[in-house]
Amino acid sequence: MEGPLVSAAEREDRRRAAVFGKVRRALAGEGEGEARREAVRERLSRHKANVIPARGQVDGESRVALFAEMAEKVSATVERIASPEDLPEAVAEYLRAKNLPSALRMGADARLRDLPWQKAPQIELKHGPSDGHDLATLSHAFAGVAETGTLYLVSGEDNPTSLNFLPEHHLVVIAASDIAGDYEAVWAELRARAEKEGLPRTVNLITGPSRSADIEQTLLLGAHGPRALHIFVVGKG
Amino acid sequence: MSLHITSPAFKENAVDALANVDLQQALAHVERGFIHKRQAAVDALPEFEALRREAKAIKDHTLAHLDLYLEAFEENALKAGAEVHFAETAEDARQAVLEICRRVGAKTVTKGKSMISEEIGLNTFLEASDIVPVETDLGEYIIQLRGETPSHIIAPAVHVTRSQVEADFRRVHTHLDPERDLTEPVSLLSEARAALREKFLAADVGITGANFLVVETGSSVIVTNEGNGDLTQILPRVHIVIASLEKLVPNLEDVSTLLRVLARSATGQEMSVYTTFSTGPRRPGDPDGPEETHIVILDNGRSEMLADEYREMLRCIRCGACMNHCPVYHAIGGHAYGATYVGPMGAVLAPALFGLEHTANLPNASTFCGRCESVCPVGIPLPKLMRHWREREYERHLKPATERSGLALWAFLARRPKLYRLATRIGLAALSPFGRKGRFAWLPLAGGWTRHRDLPAPAAKSFVAQWKARS
Repeated sequence: MEGPLVSAAEREDRRRAAVFGKVRRALAGEGEGEARREAVRERLSRHKANVIPARGQVDGESRVALFAEMAEKVSATVERIASPEDLPEAVAEYLRAKNLPSALRMGADARLRDLPWQKAPQIELKHGPSDGHDLATLSHAFAGVAETGTLYLVSGEDNPTSLNFLPEHHLVVIAASDIAGDYEAVWAELRARAEKEGLPRTVNLITGPSRSADIEQTLLLGAHGPRALHIFVVGKG
Repeated sequence: MSLHITSPAFKENAVDALANVDLQQALAHVERGFIHKRQAAVDALPEFEALRREAKAIKDHTLAHLDLYLEAFEENALKAGAEVHFAETAEDARQAVLEICRRVGAKTVTKGKSMISEEIGLNTFLEASDIVPVETDLGEYIIQLRGETPSHIIAPAVHVTRSQVEADFRRVHTHLDPERDLTEPVSLLSEARAALREKFLAADVGITGANFLVVETGSSVIVTNEGNGDLTQILPRVHIVIASLEKLVPNLEDVSTLLRVLARSATGQEMSVYTTFSTGPRRPGDPDGPEETHIVILDNGRSEMLADEYREMLRCIRCGACMNHCPVYHAIGGHAYGATYVGPMGAVLAPALFGLEHTANLPNASTFCGRCESVCPVGIPLPKLMRHWREREYERHLKPATERSGLALWAFLARRPKLYRLATRIGLAALSPFGRKGRFAWLPLAGGWTRHRDLPAPAAKSFVAQWKARS
């Protein structure tokens, strides 16, 4: 029926019309058009939260403690540091403790780039997206969620997404004040940002290091992504 | 290019499965693993039941307004720079994928785990078009090496034992030292990781499914534990998402609710490791990510389900809890079902997608114990829907003649109480010589049951007769 004389665009249009036609016919009994349209508009613009579990609804240091507890439960490691200036030495110490070469890749994020790296001069710093051979990378999280120990990382000029998935060890910095109780609070932040600069291409919610249970249900860490996720929580909650 | 459906041979498949020692060893992990982990996760969240009710309501609302949400999703995805392709049939979807691959001159494509890809038989089709598909989820990689289909929707290689994986890796990874030690599962994992890392970096196109399509933002969402889905979609120049109509979810709050029930129901995790929201292609200045994003939205029979009693099945979020809790699945595994979707959800979905005439055995492969419905995070009445398929099977004369005439005879008697009572009296008298100690070890016409276990013998007098005697 669709011969070679039909252009690709025409084929696309036909397929689209066929699907929409069938869906509209299936829903013909769903009631009056304008009321349905209004229900959809409302749902898409009002952003009403559904049930939010009580677990994450704690403040300050309790929230940071819950975040750390939940992250550690899923095999991430969490380290508290007082100030960003302490980060270079903390990173150097992590690499040493894990017997890793003194090398680290990160993006152009000023919050990381402008740190006093001269305090750990042995670390060879690389910038830009991962080439697939980095053992350790460093990212800055957009936010965290205490409810499940989840990190939010967003793509952009500063934080290449490949840094989150290609290394053996993923090191992530998060400000204690950026840890929210629930996902809904972070979506609200991202929406506010999206109004100015659009939603980032990729938003990664990361809860622990990579794992697989595909071989006889045995849980193994480091399937394709990082074998280790180390989180530096900076400052007080 | 049609899928290989072996559901008509369900009974033979099941008999083979019960006798398959490796399979039975592997299946023991399903019952031991998933059920306990899910229960622990549910117990740890007091709001779980409330979230389930909301999850169901979100899906019901979306399905009732699906035409409008589809329009809005398309508009928002286009605004974000993605291209949206609609596919009425499996063939349309395959062609849409092929056209993109041909245009960019793709030789190899990496793939994240996608049941839609299985449903439309994408791998076989791509291979026939000289494009090499590489499955990257560890379980999918294993079954691709074995030339098999998934036997579980979230644990595709759950039917394979560790030693079988070892044998497959030795057979395929011939560039490695044949003397290497692969006894530990972690050594198998490392070997697959190294083999696939090169494929990720070399692929021209990455194809993933989607757990959700977010209308508000025009995003696709994948939920994984390994990270392979992310490497599949950020490294190649082109990312293709293939997803079916019912994956739409209105907004980010709604997705958050569904995420809270998904992983807990599936693996007993509070949250899967990677939940990734992708919105269009890479932005100006982005150092990585795909240059093109395509979203193929597949109907393939779902719009018909939307119009009838099977609409409820479209709430399914593919967690696999129903099969993890199914005594039939525990006994025979997924392959015996002979269709892409297996277990209780497959028994309802497969007839709608692939035709009842090929799959009528599946809705009959249930004891109606109801565990599937009791654990379903979106409250799908799976036993009721299976019963509807059985009714249609009867109406459409798909049942064998012996079964039909047996049912017709019973129905004839059941409508005539006096005759029915007479028949049961005669029946009980006729059966009494076969029963020993209240059980039948053998019974005419019931060999399928009594070959494996005894059938309880009925009481010597019927309930009605005993009641009469008392009053």
